[in-house]
Amino acid sequence: MIVCKSQAELEKMHRAGLVIWEILNDLRAMVRPGVSTKELDQYAERRTAELKVRPAFKNYRGYPATLCTSINSEVVHGIPSKSRRLEEGDIISLDFGVEYAGYYGDAAVTVPVGEISPELQKLLQVTREALDMAIDKLRVGNRLSDISAAVQGWVERKNGYSVVRDLCGHGIGTHIHEEPNVLNYGDPGHGPRLQEGMVFAVEPMVNIGGPEVRVLEDEWTTVTADGTQSAHFEHTIAVTANGPWVLTRPREMQGPSW
Amino acid sequence: MAKRPEPDKRKPDASNPKEDAIEVMATVIEPLPNAMFRVELENKHRVLAHISGKMRKNFIRILAGDKVAVELSPYDLTRGRIVYRYK
Repeated sequence: MIVCKSQAELEKMHRAGLVIWEILNDLRAMVRPGVSTKELDQYAERRTAELKVRPAFKNYRGYPATLCTSINSEVVHGIPSKSRRLEEGDIISLDFGVEYAGYYGDAAVTVPVGEISPELQKLLQVTREALDMAIDKLRVGNRLSDISAAVQGWVERKNGYSVVRDLCGHGIGTHIHEEPNVLNYGDPGHGPRLQEGMVFAVEPMVNIGGPEVRVLEDEWTTVTADGTQSAHFEHTIAVTANGPWVLTRPREMQGPSW
Repeated sequence: MAKRPEPDKRKPDASNPKEDAIEVMATVIEPLPNAMFRVELENKHRVLAHISGKMRKNFIRILAGDKVAVELSPYDLTRGRIVYRYK
């Protein structure tokens, strides 16, 4: 069952979303060669405490940190570590979520470390654009798989990259993961019709090479099977009568999702 | 945080209960009414076996002394289903 949220509930989720937006933007500014992923995690943890919200990922199914930091061929769920330092030319995905007054938000952004190659710039751009296109599908009356088809069409047919199959976006609300699964691949026109008040975390994960991934021994870090780099962008978005409402950024913001 | 979709809750094998069966070789001892047979398994156990629907449909005739393949349910080892008659 997909739970539709009331206006008041959406406002709470937006409060959570604005905290995520603020912290992710701070983290984005901290990313530079030499910074360890643990420092980023500690900053996120300190700010969540100061802003009186609860980190959503910590202890979720045993996840040990506040933030997910996934570098280069790591797709998602990289665990921050003191010994892992950013290097010039890396790309790092920062994935972060919080709970405020019982409601969750979830967002992610992939950022370059210093100067990156044109190939990686294109990967980031294509993935972000895939999210933009997916967001545009969150309109009353569309079907769930229209979102999936928008992502896959742009990433695979137009740009020749691959979307990861083994992981997906999700409904979100009073839990970090709710129904339904929001796949990043599929044909349009299937699944439930979107209604006012549905909220989804849409998160394309795009590999330069093939779509296969595997999970490392830490049982979290997910890497591409062929070792090629991977990018990941995410927002929490509500379906409203006036079109998609991106909860994890300021309401007045227009234009590209990240 | 990306979700790992749960694997399908239906186990692929459990979708058809017949697939859990153990298949063994047996010899027909005597025909009984209603397309039932008393068969002796390789381990000398004697069990009551009926003939599978597919064989019945195709009029595979079974006589005493025939070698057959029997499927046994792991839940009730005293009954089986004849699924093949060897020539």
